[in-house]
Amino acid sequence: MIRQNETPWAEVGKSHPHESAVLHVSGSANYTDDIPETQGTLHAALGLSAQAHALVRNMDLDAVRQAQGVIAVFTARDFPGSNQCGPIIKDDPILADGVVEYVGQPLFAVVARRHELARRAVRLAKVDYEPLPAVLHPRAAHEQQSYVLPPMSLARGNAQQALTDAPHRIRGKWQVGGQEQFYLEGQIAYAIPKEAQGMYVACSTQHPSEMQHVVAHALAIPSHSVQVECRRMGGGFGGKESQSALWAGVAALCAFKLQRPVKLRADRDDDMLVTGKRHEFHYDYEVGYNDEGLMLGVRVQMLSRAGFSADLSGPVATRAVCHLDNAYFLSDVDIRAMCCKTNTQSNTAFRGFGGPQGAILIEHIIDDIARHLGKDALDVRQLNFYGRNDNEGRNVTHYGQKVVDNVIHELVSELEQSSDYRARRAAIAKFNATNPVLKKGLALTPHKFGIAFNVTHLNQAGALVHVYLDGSVLVNHGGTEMGQGLNTKVAQVVAHELGVPLTAVKVTATDTTKVANTSATAASTGTDLNGKAAQAAARQIRDRLATFAAATLGGIANEVSFFDGHISSGGNTVLFAELVQKAYLARVQLWSDGFYATPDLYWDGKSMKGNPFSYYAYGAAASEVVVDTLTGEWKLLRADVLYDAGHSLNPAIDKGQVEGAFIQGMGWLTTEELVWNANGKLTTHAPSTYKIPAISDCPEDFRVSLFKNTNVADSIHRSKAVGEPPLLLPFSVFFAIRDAIASVADHQRHPPLPAPATSEAILRAVNAIRD
Amino acid sequence: MSGLIRYFFQGQIHEADHLPPTRTLLQHLREDLHCTGTKEGCAEGDCGACTVVTGELRDGKVEMKSVNACLQLMPTLDGKAIFTVEDLSQEAPLHPVQQAMVECHASQCGFCTPGFVMSLWDLYLQRSPESAPLQRKQIDIALSGNLCRCTGYRPIIDAAHRMEELPRQDFDQAGLAAILAGLVRSETLEYVWQGQHFYAPRTMAELVRLRAAHPQACLLAGGTDIGLWVTKQFRELGDIIYLGHVEELRSVTEKNDVLEIGAAVTLDEAYRALCEYYPQELSELWQRFASLPIRHAGTLGGNVANGSPIGDSMPWLIALGSRIVLKSADGERELALEDFYLGYQQKDLRPTEIVAAIRIPLPGAGKIFRTYKLAKRFDQDISAVCAAFSAQLQNGILSEVRIAFGGMAATPKRATHAETALEQQVWNEATLQTAMLALAEDYAPLSDMRASAEYRLQTAQNLLRRFWLETRADDALPTALLNPFAAAADTSSAEESV
Repeated sequence: MIRQNETPWAEVGKSHPHESAVLHVSGSANYTDDIPETQGTLHAALGLSAQAHALVRNMDLDAVRQAQGVIAVFTARDFPGSNQCGPIIKDDPILADGVVEYVGQPLFAVVARRHELARRAVRLAKVDYEPLPAVLHPRAAHEQQSYVLPPMSLARGNAQQALTDAPHRIRGKWQVGGQEQFYLEGQIAYAIPKEAQGMYVACSTQHPSEMQHVVAHALAIPSHSVQVECRRMGGGFGGKESQSALWAGVAALCAFKLQRPVKLRADRDDDMLVTGKRHEFHYDYEVGYNDEGLMLGVRVQMLSRAGFSADLSGPVATRAVCHLDNAYFLSDVDIRAMCCKTNTQSNTAFRGFGGPQGAILIEHIIDDIARHLGKDALDVRQLNFYGRNDNEGRNVTHYGQKVVDNVIHELVSELEQSSDYRARRAAIAKFNATNPVLKKGLALTPHKFGIAFNVTHLNQAGALVHVYLDGSVLVNHGGTEMGQGLNTKVAQVVAHELGVPLTAVKVTATDTTKVANTSATAASTGTDLNGKAAQAAARQIRDRLATFAAATLGGIANEVSFFDGHISSGGNTVLFAELVQKAYLARVQLWSDGFYATPDLYWDGKSMKGNPFSYYAYGAAASEVVVDTLTGEWKLLRADVLYDAGHSLNPAIDKGQVEGAFIQGMGWLTTEELVWNANGKLTTHAPSTYKIPAISDCPEDFRVSLFKNTNVADSIHRSKAVGEPPLLLPFSVFFAIRDAIASVADHQRHPPLPAPATSEAILRAVNAIRD
Repeated sequence: MSGLIRYFFQGQIHEADHLPPTRTLLQHLREDLHCTGTKEGCAEGDCGACTVVTGELRDGKVEMKSVNACLQLMPTLDGKAIFTVEDLSQEAPLHPVQQAMVECHASQCGFCTPGFVMSLWDLYLQRSPESAPLQRKQIDIALSGNLCRCTGYRPIIDAAHRMEELPRQDFDQAGLAAILAGLVRSETLEYVWQGQHFYAPRTMAELVRLRAAHPQACLLAGGTDIGLWVTKQFRELGDIIYLGHVEELRSVTEKNDVLEIGAAVTLDEAYRALCEYYPQELSELWQRFASLPIRHAGTLGGNVANGSPIGDSMPWLIALGSRIVLKSADGERELALEDFYLGYQQKDLRPTEIVAAIRIPLPGAGKIFRTYKLAKRFDQDISAVCAAFSAQLQNGILSEVRIAFGGMAATPKRATHAETALEQQVWNEATLQTAMLALAEDYAPLSDMRASAEYRLQTAQNLLRRFWLETRADDALPTALLNPFAAAADTSSAEESV
């Protein structure tokens, strides 16, 4: 293969605006609901279960059928093929069939002339339920051994012995709540029938190939007859990885049966009632440690709220287990994880995918250890970090992967200095000593996050690059754009390879008829995988052009340079477009596919051992809060963040991901509370009751920097992933709140503070340690 | 009387006669006009993705304000101009607001972006080259109704600063005023669609006449609650009488130490007027009352007439001893506001009456008054507890004590036991403790998704303590030591922050 010297041309590493920025700000970026409707388009709405668990004795839908504007009503019985949208285990009906398993489960679909008429008609259904016992809490499910998957376990060393021998031990129970994705654009699918039993579906989804499979199976037609397309999503955050399938499946069913275009757009309340969220976790833990705070043995049981079906609960729990260590070496550890079956929404992917739920527990444990020993928690954290190298040892994770890229020591030291952590700690102690009502708190927490899908085979991607005769370049790849800047980064990679300005490159909608059998855009791997695949495609074209240039311009192929829209060889420089036109006449192939499979990954799901990650992304944050001990209200006063994006492909986009994840994770741990009533109905099913962070929650003093680093792994231009890991940074906010609360008992007692730390939870913790 | 809805949009006057009176502006834009730049995120005024700017002629000038398109019913836009993201630039050169958003990397998924752009444009229109530099708080207020799930807001805040550094782009207010002048009606709009009537009277006389003739009609002001009856509950509203064009209901007048606020004065105007007199006492509540687009649309009269137990105006109105003015064809009644509320969603309002105004006492010597709101989130959240305390404090003795709470009972309700415990007492810790205990006699709050009964009661008591800490004669603590939202970060040399 021809490889030339790296050119100075560098469209990578620059803070280019998002490729759609101008479209975004002018309102002309099309989302699925903005696509001009095909003539005759109909609109669907879903009828939802009112019961958490019941047999459906009878559904009287006559009034629905007769309602104004209604064209048809469909139920589970109407699927020509499989009424299934479970991504791994087939336990997830698209429409409930005979039994309902949560309040909000879709039972039937109504198709009407207008969206509003469909929604109105839904309410006229008379459903006769025979109630069955409902399990509404993960601990209740655990008592009944009711799980959606077999329990999993991972052990290293002898945790029991280590606990017995340890000078100090703490046991406890703790919990973190779930989280609604709250993508601003709700779930939507727009299905248009095509000739010969074909189906086109425009869908807001992170996983077009999965949508293609679900639709094909549901309609009993081959995959080649289903085309799924997604130009962009108005946010995904994991909520449109598997759970866009229900919407795609229903829209396709209606369109197939009626042979008319049908759009299914969820009203916000329906979206929140129907779809799964981040898994709530309940922990039982025991840790043994020495006088310095070094952890000697850890035993943990994690119960997750899976909801009524498996969905992605298994992989989520796996990632939680694999991230219990966070940045710390755990010599002797015993972890069990159960995915508890509850009669609630089937929980699913959400940015971090169990990683945050695993890592935050060890941070909670360290927080307790530090307070128990009267040490600064940062000192205990640093003491427990993974070793830097083989000489230091302590550098193999509990699942057997050696940590070869550890920068957490340097990164945390840098942040400790730049945030003035120690001096502010002293100033805060002084403030708290003199203030009777407001109490401040400070915490600095690190993270180490494994990058790759745990399931090895998902770590593959494909791309197509077309060079047209005017020198413009079109890229298509299997990843989806949900705001994270994937298409911008991939375009930068291709522009860099071909030596053309970024403006010459356009990335088109993700389309199952272009790149086949794609993985979900998930696990932070979008750029790593698709960037490499697009680079491979571009390189093939470049190599062909280089050969042609050397032949026509003189020089040798591996010394041809591509820069700023020009190609130079043998001392002659021509415009990129000019050489392209000549190459076309010489019958040189000007388009190519590209493929990438992440090397050196393996995973044994049974023993939970292997080398599941390509590398680790590191980061740390220091947060200072003030808490009102009369009401529990609080405010984030300052946050300092340092994130390791390796050689960032686009620092502005990466910084945007870090900040966005920080605020989103802060919401998860503070204001975002999911509340189900005694009947299992989610009562926080709209933004009026479910509170994601708003503008005043962004701290006035917010200092976010990228850590100077390179990726040890051969990632795309040695960059590192940035989608999920920074969601762990606001652990610092939670533990700063806990620190502030602890000050009311002079840091002598552990505040019993669950997440989310709502004002009410904070006040309860204040009360508890004051008594 | 004329039957067409007439509004100005994208350079021309539109006339509509085929829309249900409950068609929202958002539905009309997206489904009827195929202008899809404006997005639906929640259809309940809580996310801001559908934010647009309306222009209305008032006293010869155009008043521009951001509103949620999902809550605006089309006939209420009669005579107004509508501006959506499509009215700014569609391509380079972008409007400074848009350019700043691009330069600051302020969009990620982009779905909320048109809403942010319109809220920022609304802010931009209020600014001039002479304006002092924007403060963070002003930006927060302007964007309090816009949720972004991607950016964490920092780059959007940067964009708000950046837009002012770019060459200014003026808006032709006079030209718009001339156009809107041509749409002004002198008579009631009566819009009829499939037998359903929508009346928009211009005068009080016409309003009370219509009310007498249609006692079953739905009275509509800002629509920030009624909009949800339409979009979420599919309630049939029947005939509608719209109060927004009745000039007498839109005035604020001061007379004899009383501020009279007409029932159709928007929440933002009402709070602005009140904060002239009660800046320290009401400013934070003003900022925390819903969001700016909701305050632009909603009215003080609507908040009071709705009488929700979790509405944020009634506690302080009651604590100040405000009175409500009711009018009908038979004349006028005036009641103490607390007497207006008879029970959960039950009011002392006769079928032919309308709420005309609220009369609010202005500050006097020796008066201590505070309001506090507790919610899960600072911006745009419904109160778990909303408290208002008012009293005369002379020589350390309390009198004329009035305490009212929202979120604690089925109605906005006074705390009579606690008031009694404080009346004519020395304002000290012992008195406070007695009154805190008495509060438990006053209220038996409910538990719901916003807060538990225990939290509500304890914080009600603790807020009384905060009132004491802030107003006691000796050693009163400054707000910065009591209010977390007024606190600052500790730097390493932070002695001065204590």
